[in-house]
Amino acid sequence: MGQRVAIVGAGMTKFVRRAQETGKELAFHATRMALDSCEMNLDQIDAVCLGTAPDTFDGVHMKGEYLSDGAGAWGKPYMRCYVGGGTGVFSVIQGWYHIASGLCDTCLVVCEEKMSSYQPHAQAAFLTIFDHTTERPLKPNLLWIFAMEMNRYMTTYGLRKEDIVQVAVKNKRNALDHPCAQIAKAVTAEDILNSEVLAWPVQRLDVSPVSDGAVALVLASESIARKVTDKPVWIEGVGWSLDTAYWTNRDLCYPRYVEEAARMAYTMAGVTDPRHQIHIAEPYDPFDYKELHHMEGLMLCGKGEAPQMTVDGITQRDGELPVCPSGGLLGVGNPIAAAGLMKVAELFWQLRGEAGKRQVSRKVKRGVAQAWGDLMQVGTVVVVGI
Amino acid sequence: MRAKAGVKQTPEIQYAGTGLSSKDFKEGKILCTRWTADAKYAWDAGIAIGKYLAGFKAGKILGVRCIKCGRTMVPPRAFCEWCFKTVDSWVQLRNTGIVNTFSLCYVTWDVKRVKKPEISAVIEIDGASKGMGIMHLLGEVDPNKVRIGMKVKAIWKPAAEREGAITDIKYWKPY
Amino acid sequence: MSLRERVNQPKDTRPWYGELPVESLYTVGIAGEKFLRTLKEKGQFLGTKCDRCRQVYVPPKIYCERCLAKLDDWVKVGSCGTLESWTMVHVGLDGQKLKKPELVALVKLDGASTCIVHKLAGIPVEELHIGMRVCAVLKPKTKREGAITDILHFKPADR
Ligand SMILES: [Zn+2]
Ligand SMILES: [Zn+2]
Repeated sequence: MGQRVAIVGAGMTKFVRRAQETGKELAFHATRMALDSCEMNLDQIDAVCLGTAPDTFDGVHMKGEYLSDGAGAWGKPYMRCYVGGGTGVFSVIQGWYHIASGLCDTCLVVCEEKMSSYQPHAQAAFLTIFDHTTERPLKPNLLWIFAMEMNRYMTTYGLRKEDIVQVAVKNKRNALDHPCAQIAKAVTAEDILNSEVLAWPVQRLDVSPVSDGAVALVLASESIARKVTDKPVWIEGVGWSLDTAYWTNRDLCYPRYVEEAARMAYTMAGVTDPRHQIHIAEPYDPFDYKELHHMEGLMLCGKGEAPQMTVDGITQRDGELPVCPSGGLLGVGNPIAAAGLMKVAELFWQLRGEAGKRQVSRKVKRGVAQAWGDLMQVGTVVVVGI
Repeated sequence: MRAKAGVKQTPEIQYAGTGLSSKDFKEGKILCTRWTADAKYAWDAGIAIGKYLAGFKAGKILGVRCIKCGRTMVPPRAFCEWCFKTVDSWVQLRNTGIVNTFSLCYVTWDVKRVKKPEISAVIEIDGASKGMGIMHLLGEVDPNKVRIGMKVKAIWKPAAEREGAITDIKYWKPY
Repeated sequence: MSLRERVNQPKDTRPWYGELPVESLYTVGIAGEKFLRTLKEKGQFLGTKCDRCRQVYVPPKIYCERCLAKLDDWVKVGSCGTLESWTMVHVGLDGQKLKKPELVALVKLDGASTCIVHKLAGIPVEELHIGMRVCAVLKPKTKREGAITDILHFKPADR
C-alpha cells in the first residue's frame, strides 16, 4: 500500500470550556508543539491536513481556510476534512494518503474546535442534522438520537445502566492524570446514576463536556521518519465507512459502519484476531454507552459483551485491554475534531512509552483509535503499531 | 536532524490554553465581540417528501417500493439508495406501528428543563419493511409504561387542521 | 419517479421554512487583546514582528504564519499609512441599495507588512487614488471600547 507512513510528533493544547485564545491561536500552539516534539520546522513540511467540525460552532464560515495560517499551511498544499464527529480520526487518514500515495513525504495533521463561540449552547448547532421537513417540525433535541440509540442497545442485549456508567467512572478517573483534561474530578457510579436526567436513559454525567482545544500530529514517510526519530509509530491500517443517511431505518443497537471501517483497517494491518492483536484502544466516547457500542463494532468483544468487560476491569489502564487510557472525551473533553485526534495522539504517546502518569501497565505494540459522526453514521478507524 | 526519543508527557510541559469563566465576560476582563447570523431558509420538500407531505394532509402515510431489493421504505425517497435506481411504486402504509426505541426527554432543544418528559420514539410503520421507522412522539401514555416493541397508532389532527406536515399526526398512542 | 414524474401541484413541493439559530461570541484572542487594549488606551497601533521572515503583522498574530515561530517582538506601527486599494459599496447586506454609498479601504500602516480593512471618509471619490497617504481617525478616548470600531474611519493625510 504505497509508502509506509509514521507518526513522528504530537502536540495539543489544554481542553477548556471556554478559551481566551482564538481558534487560530489554539491551532498554532498544538502545531508548534507537534513540530517541536520532533525538532522539525515548517519548511520541512510538504502539506497540511486540517480537520474541524461544523463552521457553525466557531461561527466562522470557511473555518478551514480561516484556521489555515495557525495550522502552518501558508503557501502549502492544504485540505480541510469534515466528517462530523468522525473528523479527528479521519484527518489522520487524509494525512496518511498524502504520504502513502507518494505525493508527499511529510504532512501536518491539525484539528481544532472552538465550541464556546456558539451561544447559548453548542447543542442547537446540531439541530440541522434532523431532516428539515420530516423531523425538525417535531422540535427535536439532539439528545433524542443518543438516548434512543442507548435505549435500543440496552434493551436488545438486556444491559443494566449501572454497568454502562462504569465507562464514565473509568474515563473521568483516567483523565485525572491528563495535564490537558477539562474535567479533573473523579465521579462514582452513584453520582452518575443520581445526576440530572436529560433524555432517559441519558443523564448529565453520561455525557462528555463541550470544549475548546486543538491537537496536531506530524506524519512522515519511512525515510524521513527514521531520520527524525528512533521511535516512529506506524500507521498500519486505515478504514472508514458510512451507513444509510436515514437514521430511523438503521438498527441502532449495533454500529455496523464501525465494523466495516474496522474490517478495512484490520485487513490492511494484517489483524485477523482483534481481541488479541490489538493491545490498547481509544474508541470514541462522547457518551459512556458509545465506548461500549464502538468496542463491539471494533470487534474487541462480542455484541452486547462490552459492559461486562468493563465491569470486570479488563479495560482499565492496568487491565488486559486498556480502553481510553487518556480519559477520553468523557474526561479530557470534547472539542469534536480535536477530541478524535487526541485519541490518535494518545496511542502515539502510549506506544512510545511517553504517556507519563497515564502509561498503561502492559507493554503495548499495537492500538486502534476510532471516531464516529456525520449523521451518526460514519465510522473512522486507524490502527497504529511499533 | 538527529535521532530523538521524543518528549515525555510529564507535568512540567506547559500546555497552552487559557480557560475563561462567564464571570470574565460579565466583568469585562476580556474583550469580545458578538454576532447574530440571520440564517433563514426555505427548504424545498422535494419530489418524494412533497408527496409524503401531501399524503399527511389526506390522512395517509405513504411509502415507496423497490422491486429489485423488495424493500418498502419510509420515509419515502425518489431513489433506492441500495440499488441506486429510481423506486418503482408508491404504497399506502398502515396507521399503526411498533416502537423501535424511545426516550423520555426532560430538556428542550435549547437545553431548557421541562417537568413532563416529551417522549420521542422511532416507530416502525406497519406495511413497510422491517426496521423502516420514522421519528415521532408518543402521547396518552404513562412515561413509565412505554416499552420497546409496544404497538402504537397514529392520532391525527382533524382533516380541516391538517396542513401537509409531519405534525399532522399529533402523536402515537398505544392500542 | 424523479424525472419521469411531473409535479402538477406546486404545493406538493412546498418549501419548508425554518432557521438556524446562531449567535456567536468571539474572544479577540491573546494577540487581539493586546492590540485592541493598546488602541483603546493609548490610541496606538501595535504589530508583531518576525525577523526571520521580515514580516510585521498588523493586526498582530502570536505566531508567524510563514515559519510558525512564536512571536513576542511587539512593535509600534504608524496610525497613518498607504491606501493599497479601495472600493465604493452601493449595496447593503440585505441586497438593498444603500442610501449613501460607503467607501471601503485597504490600508497598509507605516511599518506594517500587512493591510487592514476599514472605512474611508473625508474625500470625494474623484480625488481618491491608490498609493495616497491616509490616516486613522479614532473615537475620543472615553468612547473607545477596545474594538476595531474604535477607529471611526481613515481620511486623507493632508486634510
Ligand atoms: Zn432497492
Ligand atoms: Zn517567520
